[in-house]
Amino acid sequence: MGQPTGWGRLKRMRWRLFARRLAILIASLLIASFVIFAALYLAPGNPVAALSGGRPLPPGSIHVLDQRYHLNEPFLTQYWYWLDNALHGNLGISIALRENVSTLIASRIWTTAGLVLYASVIIVVLGVGLGIVSGLRPGRLDTSTLVVTAVSAAIPAFVAAIALILLFAVKLRWFPALGNGTGLVSNIRHFTLPAVALAFASLAIVARVTRAAVRTESDREHVQTAVSRGIPDRYVIWRHIVRNAAIPITTITGITIASLIAVAAVVEVAFGLNGLGAYLVQAAQSKDIAVVQGISLVLVTAFVVVNLLVDVLYTVLDPRVALGGSPR
Amino acid sequence: MSAVPLASEASPPGRALALLRATGPAGIASAIVLAVAAFAAVIGPLLAPYDPNLPNLALAWVGPVGGHLLGYDFEGRDVLSRLLAGAQTAMLGPLAVVMISVPGGTLIAVTAAWCRGASDAVISSGLNVLFAFPGILLALLAAAVFGAGLPAAVLALSAAYTPYVARVLRGAVLKERSQPYVAALEVQGAPATLICLRHLVPNIAPLIAAQATILFGYAMVDLAAISFLGLGVQPPTANWGVMISENQVGLLEGYPLPALTAGACIVVVVIAVNVLGERLFDQAQDARR
Repeated sequence: MGQPTGWGRLKRMRWRLFARRLAILIASLLIASFVIFAALYLAPGNPVAALSGGRPLPPGSIHVLDQRYHLNEPFLTQYWYWLDNALHGNLGISIALRENVSTLIASRIWTTAGLVLYASVIIVVLGVGLGIVSGLRPGRLDTSTLVVTAVSAAIPAFVAAIALILLFAVKLRWFPALGNGTGLVSNIRHFTLPAVALAFASLAIVARVTRAAVRTESDREHVQTAVSRGIPDRYVIWRHIVRNAAIPITTITGITIASLIAVAAVVEVAFGLNGLGAYLVQAAQSKDIAVVQGISLVLVTAFVVVNLLVDVLYTVLDPRVALGGSPR
Repeated sequence: MSAVPLASEASPPGRALALLRATGPAGIASAIVLAVAAFAAVIGPLLAPYDPNLPNLALAWVGPVGGHLLGYDFEGRDVLSRLLAGAQTAMLGPLAVVMISVPGGTLIAVTAAWCRGASDAVISSGLNVLFAFPGILLALLAAAVFGAGLPAAVLALSAAYTPYVARVLRGAVLKERSQPYVAALEVQGAPATLICLRHLVPNIAPLIAAQATILFGYAMVDLAAISFLGLGVQPPTANWGVMISENQVGLLEGYPLPALTAGACIVVVVIAVNVLGERLFDQAQDARR
């Protein structure tokens, strides 16, 4: 066998896999950005009408739009100019607000990022935690976890939102119902209910998948052997069960967290948060296409990058993935 | 190998019924909930005891009183009537998404897996790339371009879900493709479309049914969310998502019933869909083993 073995080979395979993922990422972003750009031409009427949302424009503004979008050039050239601008952080101008889309996005991006991050922490800590505990201990706790998660997995974020507002904001008055808040402590208080609403269904799904993965791994022969040899429980749980169950857990956690990026819009609207998603909805309602394009581009990029990070995490968790083997 | 690899002789309705019976009590209960919701979707407006769209501001936020079991909403319309009428858009929207994306995804999956080799590689990596667009985001983009409304949202979600269906089914088709009966039919000179339509697709039908059911739940949640955001079904048309958003202010003012009952309708149907989908999926997996 002339093949190098061990770490050198693993490292090389890892890089090769990473390069392939990166190529898919770039292709995904190109196609997504093309769809976002082409939306302008799918709109009824001409692009100028689409950009202005049907509002009448003075000739000066039309000239500015022509210049910016190179409307006289061929379609693909226009796309290239648009993409080049976007890559340089220039996402156009909101017709409705007469302001730079990039500036508008920058002022709102942290609300969305904070919300998604807060929800992700809740999902990882509670979802994975609950899944591991109920997977390790069959019995009453496990059964009730199964029933509760079956119900909560079916509760959409906006339904969770109204239930949480009713219970914790109106009845118990523990948390505020609406708004961003100012200052760190106030921010955390204002973001708690939205983050829980956003995490709710995903938490249940992550808990269920984690539980199933932990259960499958605990039934395996090597775990039984380790237990019968008297290896301490803690060691068996972490090194033999959780480590092997990590792949399905990472998959489902990654997929659900990535999907939160889009669902955040719903939660932001329900709680009156001043985030990207709420702004996207508002722009879609007023047909402010430049803003819709800009925010869509940012959100799709975030979505694709999170998915890439999960893929990379696989190879760290389970070398078999990089070596081309099938993860279990 | 428990199942006979050739398409079963029973009629399609008979097979569907047998499939359902095997899902057990939870599956049957879920199917009953769905049947009730479907019934309401078809004749809900006729069942509604009052006009779901007739406002009477003098009765706004009035709680349950005789004849009006769930009280009135923010414009003084009968909540129960609006829930019944709202079943229509809430159920038909996801049904349309399923009717577009499941056949579409199946077609892509069968084509990719049947051709194998280079075409499969191209289609599969294409699917990976298409995965970049979350359904809700595509629907918001569509609403901005084509205007708010159910049709744009349905088309956008169908486009977003189709690659998902194709990716899930491709593996199953690939496995079925390598079964000896397919090779036997090919040797006999049966045309590829005939083998796929008469034998291969019917044999993975249980899996497709499970996928369609699970997808219905996703579509229902996403469409309700889009209507909640004001970009799907337009008021005053009754819809469960719309009812939550238009009555949300009632939560803060002490009249939570209209928003809560609309939310409960969505949750109950989605639970039923999820339970049934999960059972059908497990069953399809067991049968393939």
